[in-house]
Amino acid sequence: MNPMNWLVVYPEALLLLMACAVALVDLYVTDERRRPTFWLTQASLVAVAAMHLAYYQSGATAYGMQGMMVSDPMGHLLAFFATVTVIITIAYAQPYIASREMLKGEFFSLTMFVLLGICVMCSANNFLVVYLGLEIMSLSLYALVALRRDHGVSTEAAMKYFVLGALASGFLLYGLSMMYGATKSLEINEVFAAIGTGRINGTVLTFGVVFVVAGLAFKLGVVPFHMWVPDVYQGAPTAVTLLIGGAPKLAAFAITVRLLVEGMLGLAVDWQQMMVVLAVSSLVIGNLAAIAQTNLKRMLAYSTISQMGFMLLGMTAGVVSGNTLSAGNAYSSAMFYVVTYVITTLGTFGLIMFLARGGFESEEINDLAGLGKRAPWLAGIMTLFMFSLAGVPPMVGFYAKLAILQALITTNVTGYLVLAVVAVLLSLVGAFYYLRIVKVMYFDEPLAANAGRPVQGGGVSALLAVNGAAVLVFGLLPGGLMAMCRDAILRALAT
Amino acid sequence: MGLLSVSIWLPIAFGAVLLATGREDKADSARWLALVGAVLSFIVTIPLITGFDTGTAALQFSENLLWIERFNVRYHLGVDGISVWFVLLTAFITVVVVVAGWEVITERVAQYMGAFLILSGLMVGVFSAADGLLFYVFFEATLIPMYIIIGIWGGPRRVYAAFKFFLYTLAGSLLMLVALIFLYYKSGGSFDIASWHKLPLPMPAQALLFFAFFAAFSVKVPMWPVHTWLPDAHVEAPTGGSVVLAAIMLKLGAYGFLRFSMPIAPDASREYAWFIIALSLIAVVYIGLVALVQQDMKKLVAYSSIAHMGFVTLGFFVFNELGVSGGLVQMISHGFVSGAMFLAIGVLYDRVHSREIATYGGVVNTMPKFAAFALFFTMANCGLPGTGGFVGEWMVILGTVQASFWLAAIAATALIFGAAYSLWMYKRVYFGDVTNDEVRGLTDLNAREFGLMAVLAIATLWMGVYPKPFTDVMHVSVTELLKHVAMSKLVGG
Repeated sequence: MNPMNWLVVYPEALLLLMACAVALVDLYVTDERRRPTFWLTQASLVAVAAMHLAYYQSGATAYGMQGMMVSDPMGHLLAFFATVTVIITIAYAQPYIASREMLKGEFFSLTMFVLLGICVMCSANNFLVVYLGLEIMSLSLYALVALRRDHGVSTEAAMKYFVLGALASGFLLYGLSMMYGATKSLEINEVFAAIGTGRINGTVLTFGVVFVVAGLAFKLGVVPFHMWVPDVYQGAPTAVTLLIGGAPKLAAFAITVRLLVEGMLGLAVDWQQMMVVLAVSSLVIGNLAAIAQTNLKRMLAYSTISQMGFMLLGMTAGVVSGNTLSAGNAYSSAMFYVVTYVITTLGTFGLIMFLARGGFESEEINDLAGLGKRAPWLAGIMTLFMFSLAGVPPMVGFYAKLAILQALITTNVTGYLVLAVVAVLLSLVGAFYYLRIVKVMYFDEPLAANAGRPVQGGGVSALLAVNGAAVLVFGLLPGGLMAMCRDAILRALAT
Repeated sequence: MGLLSVSIWLPIAFGAVLLATGREDKADSARWLALVGAVLSFIVTIPLITGFDTGTAALQFSENLLWIERFNVRYHLGVDGISVWFVLLTAFITVVVVVAGWEVITERVAQYMGAFLILSGLMVGVFSAADGLLFYVFFEATLIPMYIIIGIWGGPRRVYAAFKFFLYTLAGSLLMLVALIFLYYKSGGSFDIASWHKLPLPMPAQALLFFAFFAAFSVKVPMWPVHTWLPDAHVEAPTGGSVVLAAIMLKLGAYGFLRFSMPIAPDASREYAWFIIALSLIAVVYIGLVALVQQDMKKLVAYSSIAHMGFVTLGFFVFNELGVSGGLVQMISHGFVSGAMFLAIGVLYDRVHSREIATYGGVVNTMPKFAAFALFFTMANCGLPGTGGFVGEWMVILGTVQASFWLAAIAATALIFGAAYSLWMYKRVYFGDVTNDEVRGLTDLNAREFGLMAVLAIATLWMGVYPKPFTDVMHVSVTELLKHVAMSKLVGG
């Protein structure tokens, strides 16, 4: 029997404790802006982030909770990024929700529960723990989407998210139960070993994988499981959209690696084929549909679909003709892609919220018109984000695409080469709508309604500037971040 | 920090400062800051040519640092005889552009100047990159400032032109990116261009690489039939944007052929040379005819640029020293001449706000000094002996004769078309009677404009009368390149 080894779950334990504490403390907060709650939340999250970073730097792999949880560099690195993402999300969100009378203690504690779910997923070593983490995260998110109780669109988005999310959880659970039935184990290492023996009923395994991939695809928001993405992105309060579009992507990547790579690498031939279809259709539909959007949040939702499709391409190149030599290269490229995507998304939605302060929304693309004149700094930062998403150097998004393309091409298989060409041609389509944002900001005249509106300054604008600088600095010097991702993935594969 | 790094980052630093501090009410300080930046950036490039060793084809002034460890990408810079003049040309043209925009640009001055300075640094980076990925990063990054320049300070259809420019170029270069990664894989994990030159490759791979590079560079040059973005971009761009486009950005494409296509895929280059030559001749002849019927002066010069660049690619793909050196000389002289042609159009446009040929007539009566300069540059544009335009075209034609007489004969017709459209435009704009009040009210060049024109005229004349400094610098690098291209890289061959 494996020992409990509590040390492994200290960050999660702290997070759980503080989430409850925040909920309680908030009852006694009378301040309208909820400053004590805000600072308590941020302080706890910083502590959690520091713990994850320390665990990551120790570089050790340990199992805890009787083998249910694993503490390895990949999990901690992803959890660290997720925690930082949530810290920034809350900082961006606070003024926005404060001006919309949504600033209640629940926002903070629910957000911490979202992060708890993410951290659990990142370090899960057991099918049930994966599912547990997923549900902690999802249920908190459903509630957060519906935070604006009296707002029709938000409520509709929450319902849609809940119903489809429950369906996807069902898919995942069904697939996992099939795997359990076939391999007689819930533990990811043991499942891997069992599949490796080659004595398992192939039909059951294949069915299981199909359901698991469908469930994961829903969480990643890739075609054809993407229907919820545009509606939820548009309908949710922007603060929550940012929360959904940021850290959960890291978690979805984490469980994809945990389940498919660490658990079912032996079935890679099956799930890679599905991934190719998911990835290419996401690139096509995401990029084409984004062109037609007039709502900025909806456009970014379709852009997310295509970006996740691009990331999945990296997941398809891990096992080539039964050979796992390129696995480290491929999966670390995908991880780098997700991390850089999250950095960029944070800034983009943060900026939308910043513009939307004072009770106005700034959700239509036309609301950005003339921003280059009204607020040159903000327009400049947004330009960095847009070029990064379009994958134009020297922004960090370029290196993410480079890493994925490199993973495809170095397989030296003609099919993957064709896939790479398809991917770059579709990203050309993508460039069009990102460029359109730049065009609206710089080449169009401000709308009369927006012309006089001042853009407020404050701490958030400084954070936005840092976020924009990060996109550029990681673009000029991407080496460090790439090395971290590679290191984490290689260690995860080694165990 | 080496000289090349300074040449790249100094203008970018000035540009960044301008963007960060620029304010609408302090336009004058922005202008002066930009001028100081541009002049300093030009001065630091001068030692590159004075200290250049013409006896070797190796990269000089090189700097080599590890940049991205994961993919073994190196911050590797260096110039040889092929690229060094373009570094100077870029820095020089930037000074011209800053001065040219002095009074003309009144809105968002700091951003305008900043964009051009950053663009200048990036283009120097393209010419001096010795690492494939570094080259690509600079090559692509130039799109961003140019897109903004056309879109903000351009004419009525500027948005259309800016998108067309960006997407056309991006389409080509994305295929090149795939090619670069393919080479990275084939060379066992290196982005070093020099090691790619030595890499043996089978014919199908060479052909694929050749066409991937062709996609990127033919759009940039631009070659017929992917040239259609250029007239739009030129017409809509502000004068400074047109000058940089014609004088330098087009050269990035032609430079790419020499740096990538020919040495990396020499067998495919020889195999498909007929294809490039055919497209070049179409550009020379057909585009020359198209230029003849243009009503818009900027469009006319844009088409003439395409025809001239056709000469350049023709010269490259006849594979002899006269042809390649001629192409390079043509690139440099075209940088001066086309830059001056666009400036001249800008001078008229600033006064009359029209680019239609029909609006003018008899300008020589009211602007005699300007008309003299314009005549000089028009003559240079059609290749009058004694100007830079003549040397390059003559060398290319001589080089082509060595390959095939008939090809040369077709190419030589371009001189006739060139003379026809250039001189006919000159006649309609400058000669004749003054037909309307706008022309009657024109004032001649002011000191700033006169200075600009004079400097460019001296450069053009210098290239025409004494091109030796240019060809001397190129000689060793070009012979080395041709020796390399003549050898087969087929595996086992």
